[in-house]
This record gives sequence, structure tokens and C-alpha cells, in this order.
Amino acid sequence: MTATLNRTSATRHTPRLAGLLDGARKVAHALATPLVPADYLDLIDPLRAGADLRGRIVDVTPETADSATITIQPGRGWDGHAPGQYIRIGIDIDGVRHWRAYSLTHRADAADGLISITPKAIPDGKVSNHLVRATTPGTLVMLDQATGDFTLPATLPERTLFITAGSGITPVIGMLRNSLDDLGDVVQIHCAPSERDVMFRDELLSYAVASRLTLHENHDDVAGVLDLASLDTLVPDWREREVWVCGPTGLLDAAEAHWEAAGLADRLHVERFRPSVVEPGDGGTVTFDRSTVTVDADGGTPILDAGEAAGVLMPSGCRMGICFGCVVPLREGAVRDLRTGEITSTDENSGAVPIQTCVSAAAGACAIDL
Amino acid sequence: MTLAPERTSTATRTGVNSRLSVTSTEPRPQRPELKKSGRPNPAAHLTPEQIEEIGRELDAIRAEVMDSRGAKDAAYIRKVIKTQRYLEMGSRAALLFSGVKYRGVRPFWWIGTAGLSVSKILENMEIGHNVMHGQWDWMRDPKIHSTAWEWDNASPSSQWKHSHNEIHHTFTNVLGRDNDLGYGILRVDEDQKWTLFYLFQPIWHVANALMFEYSIAAYDLELGGYLAKKKRLSAEEKAKFRKEADEVLAKIKRQATKDYVVHPAMAAATFTGSTRHTLTANIVANLVRNVWTNTVIICGHFPPGIETFEKTSIEGETRGDWYLRQMLGSGNISGSKAMHVMTGNLSHQIEHHLFPDMPSNRYAEIAPKIRDLMERNDLKYVTGSLAKQVGGVYWKVVELSLPNKVEGRRRRDTILKAARKAIKGKGGQGRRY
Ligand SMILES: Cc1cc2nc3c(=O)[nH]c(=O)nc-3n(C[C@H](O)[C@H](O)[C@H](O)COP(=O)(O)OP(=O)(O)OC[C@H]3O[C@@H](n4cnc5c(N)ncnc54)[C@H](O)[C@@H]3O)c2cc1C
Ligand code: FES
Repeated sequence: MTATLNRTSATRHTPRLAGLLDGARKVAHALATPLVPADYLDLIDPLRAGADLRGRIVDVTPETADSATITIQPGRGWDGHAPGQYIRIGIDIDGVRHWRAYSLTHRADAADGLISITPKAIPDGKVSNHLVRATTPGTLVMLDQATGDFTLPATLPERTLFITAGSGITPVIGMLRNSLDDLGDVVQIHCAPSERDVMFRDELLSYAVASRLTLHENHDDVAGVLDLASLDTLVPDWREREVWVCGPTGLLDAAEAHWEAAGLADRLHVERFRPSVVEPGDGGTVTFDRSTVTVDADGGTPILDAGEAAGVLMPSGCRMGICFGCVVPLREGAVRDLRTGEITSTDENSGAVPIQTCVSAAAGACAIDL
Repeated sequence: MTLAPERTSTATRTGVNSRLSVTSTEPRPQRPELKKSGRPNPAAHLTPEQIEEIGRELDAIRAEVMDSRGAKDAAYIRKVIKTQRYLEMGSRAALLFSGVKYRGVRPFWWIGTAGLSVSKILENMEIGHNVMHGQWDWMRDPKIHSTAWEWDNASPSSQWKHSHNEIHHTFTNVLGRDNDLGYGILRVDEDQKWTLFYLFQPIWHVANALMFEYSIAAYDLELGGYLAKKKRLSAEEKAKFRKEADEVLAKIKRQATKDYVVHPAMAAATFTGSTRHTLTANIVANLVRNVWTNTVIICGHFPPGIETFEKTSIEGETRGDWYLRQMLGSGNISGSKAMHVMTGNLSHQIEHHLFPDMPSNRYAEIAPKIRDLMERNDLKYVTGSLAKQVGGVYWKVVELSLPNKVEGRRRRDTILKAARKAIKGKGGQGRRY
């Protein structure tokens, strides 16, 4: 909520107009202080150009029993995406904002400007279950611009192999929907626990029937888990293909080893969905990034005390969890609330999480932005 | 900085705040029958075990609410924020035509001024105060977060958070530690030492109420202390003060420019002669907000029946002891739901002081439990209507402007002696608390 004036957009106009716009912006800020004009405008139009990027969910369509495609109207600041990329989406569940990454599955050239993601509910998954089973159209979500390098190159390969498993199909379906006609020879191997778990099955079959790609389905309940050694028979020319793999950690690790062994690691592109979660332990090393100090703290010592004992200049106040004067960003790691035992942890998608150091002890290795 | 190896290896638990736990490593002493001032100690009948049990019960009440925070609570604060912002925009729009006269009255002035006053009160109390307490941090919404919020008040939020959240909430009603006890200008407890300065405290009090946002800013800045100790301060301390003073001045300038220059100037554009009326509307709204917030806040800790504590009594304090002090050191205001919202739920001051980071919309539901717990333990739950509580405080302000009654000595003599001393220049105006 700092009142910084954004001058960049004014520079496109003639100097006089730019001066006027700049003046108008200053007046708007003077009118709105201590808030900024955006705080009022967001009430009226949260999707307007220039706002923080948000989106409104317009449709939820089930794909399988535990997955659904969520169609979103992005704010006018949406910059578009390259097929295969993902977005971070921030959604409020039980009042708490959670951020997760999901691959984009829509056609990039659709006239309606809508985007879509296809989450698959995993057991006990907080966000995936909420998105698949409880989200309703009309919900406002926070978004980030698309990112990721699991994309097709500018010059498309002659021959392509996609290996996907489970929800790992999502970035690939995005590529197929957008680029299948431009790709030459495409082979797709898709694995799923059983036939009814296959997301986008009708669509994949229709591509295969129209001979636009060669599809190998691997249903674990009939065929067992895919063994990459069988590639030689399934796709004899796999060595000549540029390959994109997305699926569970086991498959990705196996693929990396397989292509590495063949000396073809540079042909392999992988996308990992699984965030690295810190398994909460008791105590751990705490690194204060900017102070470049590292301490070993036990599970009963507030990070505030541990930091101070090591000479870090820690913000603090009441030292008992009530004033919030000690809140700093936990960039990475897990901490335990000394009062309740509750664990707060970061993952790849959460970004830094603010914590109260006076009542938080390390529950694993932690990096603090201080 | 190089660290001795033993310091890097394991940070020990020494120095961990005793207030983090309801149990204590050292046995806690039984409280004395009388306080140092000779007045009865309201918690003398409780054993350390009973206090520990109170601590446990309160921890459980807290946990139950905190574990059930959810979408309904989030929707509540968002709704209040939205309502306040629309109310402000609507009122300010009405004020653009505040000069228009209809049958002898200026309807837009009245509507706009009333709306703006209410909006400013909501913004300061139910929103600003509570957000800055971190009551809504759990939502992880970076815009409704204690570290990001700036409020519509002269005091910059960073400074207010320090003096209010840290000092006042930790040392609530501890004589000599909690500056909120009379703000350094009022004597609101018999155990505060009387000086001649307090003789005029009814005047200080009214002036303070009218100028409340500025006195809070000066108070958060510790302006009084700075002026008194200026000569003894190090260059570093002076530089820190100057930096903070610059922040306050910059904030005041922005606030005043908005209310007293830019908005009136906008009204000029409607050619309805509304400039002057918009200016008066802003002045009135700020005054109304000042007087109202002051009224609510003095009811929190100054009404009759609320206890104060000596510095030594809080040594080694456990969480239970701290809870006990919060309960005895705060008082509530009874009233309608609308009144609770307009006070930022500080009408539930006892509940707020027990759990300052609990979302304010939940205080009402725990209030009966707290009251029951206090009554079961023979502790006085101070509450009353706004009129009763305010009346009590105003009476105290008048009564305590005079020195305490002491046997065998007339109060008039004490006052005259102090006056004579002051005239001779022997430090009569010392404002000690
Ligand atoms: C770049 C990227 C793109 C992604 N695209 C998609 C997508 O298109 N569709 C999709 O469904 N998901 C996708 N994910 C995964 C997604 O971001 C979430 O991790 C997933 O939905 C689980 O979140 P949750 O809140 O439901 O589970 P949580 O509540 O966070 O976790 C519940 C349990 O599941 C485990 N877990 C967490 N994530 C996974 C996982 N991915 N696989 C297996 N176990 C897990 C946790 O360790 C925990 O034990 C993507 C992830 C990344 C990094
Ligand atoms: S220091 Fe007060 S909440 Fe941590």
C-alpha cells in the first residue's frame, strides 16, 4: 500500500499529455492517501487493466471423477502464454489464501480470451480438492502471469515423443491443442491407474483416430507401471525424438536416468509438479539470509531468541505472540508454533510466508529473509 | 561478525519469555493481601495453581476460536472494508455539493459529514486498529496485513504499532511501564503520584480528546520524553527521533493535504460554492472521530473498578499471571451490535486484551465464557453502558486532579505547597507517573 507513482505508462504520450496524466495521477494519490487509488478501484473493477492480476472463475467442468477443468476470465493485464506453461493461482479456502501452480490447458487463440487449468484432486490435497469439488463460478482468484520453460521450441521438431502420467497430461494437452497440426510426427504415451482415470481421453482418442498422433495408453491396472525399457518396442525411434515428460516423481527420475544413459539428456524436457515439502522435524539450522548468519536451533527455542543469540538484529516487541512486531518472511522451511504445535511451512508455490519469530521454533532447516 | 563456536552450535533456552507458558519453572509466590500502595490486592485469594488453571482455561478458549477461523470471518472483514470504502466515496461525493442550500439547510453537508465521520471511525477502529494487531494476518492476504496497513490517522502505523501493540499490550496498567495509563498527561489511578500539573487535568483531558489523533502521534513519537531528556540523549537516539519525527510530519502533511486542500479544491469544480463547506465537513468529521475514539479508549482502562499493578509484581510473570492482569486491567462497554462495531469491538476490551490477535468479530461469542470464568474465580468483570463508563472516567479525571486524601493533612495545603515550589522553580511541573 505504498503510494508509489507509476510513471511508465505516461511515457508513451506526448510530453504535455504525459505531464497532465502524471498530474492527474498525483491528485488521485493525494485524494486516496493513506490508501492508493487502486484500493478503491479494485472494489469497482478488480479485473481492470493496471490492477494486480486476478481472474474470475466462469466455469467448472468435470473431466474424470477427481479432476475438473476450471475456466477463468483473466484480468485485462493478462499477457498470454506459451502452451506448456503454467500459472500460479491464489485462492482463498476457509478464509486463508493458498497459492499453487497449474498448467494451462486452453487454446491460446480462443476469441473469448478465457484461460483454463485442469487440477486433479489428490488425497488430502487442500487446493486440488477445493478446486475440483467445491469451487463455484463467480469466485475471484489471484493470478500470476504464465511462466515455465516446458514449452515447444520456436522451430518445431520433426519427430516428437510425449510421455505423460496422471495429471501430467495437462501441459501436454495444452501443447497438442495449440500445436498438433504444426508438429510432424507425434507419439504420445499416456499412463493412468485405470481407463476411467484418464483425463481428456476422448480428445486423445479422437486425435489418434484421425491419425494426427500415435497414442499408446498404459493403464496400470492391466499393464502394470510403465517400464521405460519397453520404449524400444513401443517407439523404436525414441532416440531420434525430442521428448517431453510430465508425471509423478518416479517417472521423471526414471526418464532422466534413461535419457542420460543414452547420452541424449539434451533431448529430454521434464516438468515436475511435486513441490518439495519440508518434512517438519524438531529443530534445524536457521539461516538469516541478509545477515549471513546460520545457527542450529533446537525445537524449543523461538527463532527470535536463536537469531538474537547469534547477533542478528531481529525486529521484536512483546516476545509472546501478541504484537506482531517480530513478523519476518520465512523464505523457505518449516516452523512450529510453540503455543499450539501448529506447523507452518513454505513450498515452491507459496513463496515466502510471514512468521512470528517470537513464538516459532525451527521444524526443519529454515531460511529467513533478514 | 565472528561467533565463538559454542554460540553457533546450539541456542539454549535461557531467557525464554516466562509469559509463553502457563507453568513456571520456579514456584510462583502467593500474592500479598495488600498492594504496595496499601490498597487491597484483587487477586490475593488465588493460589498459583488456580492462576495456572485460569491460564489453561483461557488457552483453551483461545484455541477453540483460533482453530475455527474461516471463510465467514474473512467475509466479515472484507465486508466491513468494502462498506467503509463505499461509505467514504459516497460521503465525499455528497460533499462536492455541500454548499447547495435547500429550504435553509445544506442537506449534502449534513449527509456527507455524518457519513465521513462514521467512515473515519470504522477505518480507525474496526479496521485499522484490528488489522494492525495482526487479527487478520492468518488470511495471508498481503493487503489486509499488519505489516502493510496504513491508517487514516496522523500517527504512522509503524510507530503506533510499537507504542500500542508492544508497550501497552505487554505492560497493560503497570505503573511506570504502561504509558497509556493517562498518556503522561492524566492521573487516572490513585496510585499514580500527584503533581501540580494534574490540577488542571480536566482541561488537558478535553484538549486531548479534541486533538486525539495528534496527541497519539506525539505520544507514539514519545515527544514529551524527548523534550524532557533531550540533553542526555546520544547522537544516535537524537537521529532516530528526528527520523521518526520526519515520518510523522510527512504523514500529517499528507493527511491534512487530503482533507483540507485536495478534497475542498475538488468541490470547487462543481461551482456550487462547496469548497468552504467541504473544508468544514472534513474538520468536523476529524473532530467527531477524535472525540469518539478517545471516549472509547478511556473506557477501556480508566473506569472505576479497574486495577493497576506495580512494576515488581510482574517479575517472572507466567502466561496465567499475564492473563490475570489483562482481565483485571481492562473494562468493557455494554451495548448494541452497532455500538460494538463502531468501537472496533474495543467495547470487548477485556476479551481484546486477553487475545489481541483474535479477529474482533469473535469477541462477542467468548465474552460470556470470560465473564463466567472471572466470576467463578471471584474476579470483578468490569462492564457498563457507555454513559456509565464515560461518566465514571470524567468523574475520576476531576477527582484525581486533586491529591489523595491523607489523614491529618489538608489537600489544600498539599496543593499550595506544590504551587509555591513551582513558583520558586523547583520542578513543580514534573509530569511523573
Ligand atoms: C509447474 C507445476 C505445474 C502443475 N500443474 C498441475 C496441473 O496442471 N494439474 C494438477 O492437478 N496439478 C498440477 N501441479 C501440482 C499442483 O500445484 C499441486 O501441487 C497439487 O494440486 C496438490 O496441491 P494440494 O493443495 O491439493 O495438495 P497439498 O494439500 O499441498 O498436499 C497434500 C499432500 O499431497 C502431497 N502432494 C503435494 N503435491 C503433490 C503432487 N503434485 N503429487 C502428489 N502428491 C502431492 C503433499 O506432500 C501432501 O502430503 C503443478 C505443479 C507445478 C509445480
Ligand atoms: S514480538 Fe510481539 S508478536 Fe512476536
